Amino acid sequence: MKIWTALGRAVLLAVIVCCTAEANAQSAEVCAVPGYLLFGDSPLDRVNAAVTKEKTLKILVLGGTSSVLPGPEGERFSYPARLQVALAARLPDVHVTVSTKLMQRKTAAEMTDTIEKQIVDEKPTLMLWQTGTYDAVRGTDPEDFRATVADGVESLHTAGTDVVLVNMQYSPRTDSIVALGAYADGLRWVARELEVPVFDRHAIMRHWYEAGQFDLYAPTKDMKVARDVHDCLGRALSDLIIDAAHLEAREGNAPK
Amino acid sequence: MEAVVKPPVVTSTERDLRLDLFRGLALWLIFLDHVPNNIVSWLTIRNYGFSDATEIFIFISGYTAAFVYGRAMIQRGFIVSGARILKRAWQIYVAHVFLFAIYIAEIAYVAASFDNPLYVEEMNALKFLQTPDVTIIEALLLKFKPANMDVLPLYIVLLGMFPVALWLLIRNAALALAVSVVLYALTWEYGWNIPSYPSGHWVFNPFAWQLLFVFGAWCALGGAARLAPALRSPVTVWLAIAYLVFAFGVTLTWHLPRLGFLIPRWLGEWMYPIDKTNLDVLRFAHFLALAALTVRFVPRDWPMLQSRWLRPAVICGQHSLEIFCLGVFLAFAAHFVMNELFGGLHMQVLLSIAGILIMIAAATLISWYKRMESRGAPPKRPPDADLAGGEV
Repeated sequence: MKIWTALGRAVLLAVIVCCTAEANAQSAEVCAVPGYLLFGDSPLDRVNAAVTKEKTLKILVLGGTSSVLPGPEGERFSYPARLQVALAARLPDVHVTVSTKLMQRKTAAEMTDTIEKQIVDEKPTLMLWQTGTYDAVRGTDPEDFRATVADGVESLHTAGTDVVLVNMQYSPRTDSIVALGAYADGLRWVARELEVPVFDRHAIMRHWYEAGQFDLYAPTKDMKVARDVHDCLGRALSDLIIDAAHLEAREGNAPK
Repeated sequence: MEAVVKPPVVTSTERDLRLDLFRGLALWLIFLDHVPNNIVSWLTIRNYGFSDATEIFIFISGYTAAFVYGRAMIQRGFIVSGARILKRAWQIYVAHVFLFAIYIAEIAYVAASFDNPLYVEEMNALKFLQTPDVTIIEALLLKFKPANMDVLPLYIVLLGMFPVALWLLIRNAALALAVSVVLYALTWEYGWNIPSYPSGHWVFNPFAWQLLFVFGAWCALGGAARLAPALRSPVTVWLAIAYLVFAFGVTLTWHLPRLGFLIPRWLGEWMYPIDKTNLDVLRFAHFLALAALTVRFVPRDWPMLQSRWLRPAVICGQHSLEIFCLGVFLAFAAHFVMNELFGGLHMQVLLSIAGILIMIAAATLISWYKRMESRGAPPKRPPDADLAGGEV
């Protein structure tokens, strides 16, 4: 009897030690994202060509309000700007520019209306297309949403621009209020069909929240968490782009 | 006790406890699926095949509706039974509005306590939802249906058209089923659906989902007996098993995207998207396969159906409307607790179990109350849909 009790305690202790060790390991690496959430098989060939041949990389972010932070310094700390910093650090001999085109409260269909104009004006090598939130709120037909995004991606490809789709933010407070599932699935489906990478912002932020990296639930007026999240998003995006475009890049973290 | 002493006047068959059992289980699964980020929802069938608990719920609801109101229609005629069906639809409508009131309160709470520069976009969305002058009216018209509140409006519409469907089913069951199939096909061909507010269409398209409801009713009115020989054939069993294995394999590639290469391109193009809104044929077939195996391996007189271990699921299934609404509310509540306190794995498991226990307790209470009520009532009234436990 005693042996079993002792054995039970030993197992329990071992489990606790392992769990704490794992928890520590997780908190040690800031911004860490498990590979399966970040990397896929879809290539960014146009980015590869532009970087290796012309040593330039021009990225345009097309997205809603969640692609920028509020306030006078918001833009400097939001993920497009952080992506530029991260990419510039890892690709030192490449001229990297990231600009943002905000389309507040626009559905994917309203965004695609302007996509062609964006390409003509800006001629980006890569477009990060962040969409879905407003469609979910408006209750657009998921099938229409899918078709719209697919058309948009195809016209971008025809114009010679690579695309990375960026899905919704993870927001634990509004999770049960706005049903995002069908739209996240829609983006994933388009990505699969057209072989385009998806930056699964939703799953990644959820991972950070569950690992205790960021408290995304607490109400706050403080910009700190928001800035840190966007910094991590920018870094994760740079990892995805470098991996998908098969670029040779420097290891290591970008400066703050 | 009473049921044994006083046999019902015109019953073709006795109540099939399998219906209650599986509807009860479906209600539990719907609850588990409605709690966001719930580890326990990995147990539910939607992760292992194309169809989910909604199919089970709608099919069994159609079956029991025909079982209960079919008898009434034969005995009392179209008007009386039609009125009863519409009364039931009205009750469901009231329940839906009650749930909507809770939803509005939840939004108001979240909006009042929500302040984070990271979520400006989501806050704008909340502001939009917080326009009660418009949203309440649209909700009463069943056009605005918040997350997780799509099943009851579907049910209301299905019951609304059920008097006519039942009338035809009793006169010519095959013709009624054929009409239902044609409506389903036309819906796919022409893209019929009911518009929603603020845009889009119903998440569960009633013109498509009626097929499952009518099919359930058809089975209750003799169709099941007609299908019995086919269901007993080993060919059916093996076909069903093969299809379920195929569906399981396909769903596996959704969870493990690295396995995606196993789905050949032509198959993916033909198969995707598997449309839930319009009850994709693949989903319907998946439900049929599950149902065929269930009927084959869980006989009607299976002793376990009477056992007290399955009793909790059976009584939940017998009070499906109340327990469904309670489940939607409990899913809200569980999500709230997980966010406010702690949302770790233990909590998810704990809340899932607690939710199901509350559902069982509520169903037990309702059973007790109805038993007590019916004991005091004068016995001349024929068993009503609710009292007979044949709730739809």
